[in-house]
Amino acid sequence: MPIVCNIHKKLKNFELNVNLSSNSRRIGILGASGCGKSMTLRSIAGIKIPDDGEIIVDGKTLYHSKEKINQKPQKRNVGYLFQNYALFPNMTVEKNIGIGLRKKEKDKKQVVDAMIKKFQLTGLEKRLPGELSGGQQQRVALARIMAYEPDVILLDEPFSALDMFLKDQLQQEMLEMLADYQGTVILVSHSRDEIYRFSDELLILDQGKTICQGKTKEIFENPQWKTAARLTGCKNLIEAIRIDDHCLEIPGWGMTLKTRKKIPKEINCVGIRAHDFIPIWGQEKENCVRVIKGSMAELPFEKKFFLKSEKNPQEMICWFVQRNFWDIIEEKGLPDYLEIPEEKVLFLQSS
Amino acid sequence: MNEIVEILKNLDWSPFYISIKTGIAATIVSFFLGIFAAQKIMGATSRLKAVLDGILTLPLVLPPTVAGFFLLLIFSKRRPFGIFLFQTFGIKVVQTWLGCVVAATVIAFPLMYRNARAAFEQVDVNLIYAGRTLGMSEMAIFWKIVVPAAGPGIFSGTILTFARAMGEYGATSMLAGNIPGKTGTISQRIAMVIQDGNYLTAGVWVAIVLVIAFLLVFFMNVIASKKMKQQKKW
Repeated sequence: MPIVCNIHKKLKNFELNVNLSSNSRRIGILGASGCGKSMTLRSIAGIKIPDDGEIIVDGKTLYHSKEKINQKPQKRNVGYLFQNYALFPNMTVEKNIGIGLRKKEKDKKQVVDAMIKKFQLTGLEKRLPGELSGGQQQRVALARIMAYEPDVILLDEPFSALDMFLKDQLQQEMLEMLADYQGTVILVSHSRDEIYRFSDELLILDQGKTICQGKTKEIFENPQWKTAARLTGCKNLIEAIRIDDHCLEIPGWGMTLKTRKKIPKEINCVGIRAHDFIPIWGQEKENCVRVIKGSMAELPFEKKFFLKSEKNPQEMICWFVQRNFWDIIEEKGLPDYLEIPEEKVLFLQSS
Repeated sequence: MNEIVEILKNLDWSPFYISIKTGIAATIVSFFLGIFAAQKIMGATSRLKAVLDGILTLPLVLPPTVAGFFLLLIFSKRRPFGIFLFQTFGIKVVQTWLGCVVAATVIAFPLMYRNARAAFEQVDVNLIYAGRTLGMSEMAIFWKIVVPAAGPGIFSGTILTFARAMGEYGATSMLAGNIPGKTGTISQRIAMVIQDGNYLTAGVWVAIVLVIAFLLVFFMNVIASKKMKQQKKW
């Protein structure tokens, strides 16, 4: 199910330049709010028209500026799941599911009935969307899309307006419902957890620019770019100077870092995830940064320490500690140093 | 009291029927024209929108007599369009009931149009987008999704249009005149009997108009509050 989407569009604050081409069935697009993610999906669906470029799904050209092809959204066979589900408020569940089907009444009913069964909506056929729970609404919205047998399903931040508990539940439900769907699914989100859970392949967008594309797990392991690292949730990003293949300097923290891994030539930044630090009390070791007290936030299952580098108190260091280690900190106080495990350092370049 | 009963007994009810008939006819025409215009406006670019909106709203802000003046210019049997209508279709507008309908429609149309447009602006565009990605035709999207979603606004617009059309005076008196039993509406009858110094008859008609007007607005609120599940209360 190859999908190619190379589009360019001038927006109010920036230019959108997306270059996506993938054979994966589960694609994620990760980016901060207002980076052009939704616009990309809308362009694929044909709701918005890019300035130029091409959109090809399974060999079918949906949009091609040079060849002057621009298929109507009605003809594209693309399912779009809106954040608010966009269920038609005046129609029952049944009607909502059947509305787009161009079939004889009898066949239509058959499809609708099958969808109602599949998405566990039995008994709710005559209800209006306003009378359904959030989870039921999501199922109706998906059923409505699936009834139409789309080639691609686009999910536009479907979980971002939900509370934590419901979010987790609906994400799992969504994964299960999409499990036997053979087409391509593209999920757009600003949440790295959602993207990680859902996608095999990942595209990272920042201010309309495509930062990188690749296998989701590989990108999370080695983001390569500073913006990509930030979006995948890396909290400590700091300028670094490469000295040789196995040594670099971090001036902001007043330390040098020795690594066994070979340091790539073009790096100018390193990232350390907030969970990866090892606390050290007393004697300084190799690859350590001396820290002084900053502030702390306590969450139910972890504590977030915002420490400062002693050399350079403007540089904040985020260190997240799981509950199991709270006792040690309680006993020994804040560590004098944080050790950076060299195998976990992200070598990055700022784009 | 006896006098009022006497007046009611001998009352010529033709203005009542003419007004109601005019109101209904003008409302039907305005309903479709107003919705059509509002739909077109929603699809227009912002500059074109400003110009067209200005033209469509004009009859609401102009004095009705000014609108009546233009209508006379257009429909007079001594003017090209009036001559054309009469010679080709045998249609007379000036000094006929049709004139009542035309005048009332022109004056009341902006109410329908503006209410429909305001209601359309409130409709979640994602509903329209969803309809498109589901393969629905633009026609189907409009009549099956947008209009029902804009229902309460369109409904109150319709009621206001009817009320305004029924009470129209200025443009009607210029275009259709006040021919008893033909174009004499309630508003014109009131003005006429007042001129004759017949305050009691005028008062009876005023009472009738008040009752109708109140019933309309009351009816509108009842339906609107039924549609809105959660009434806002400050």
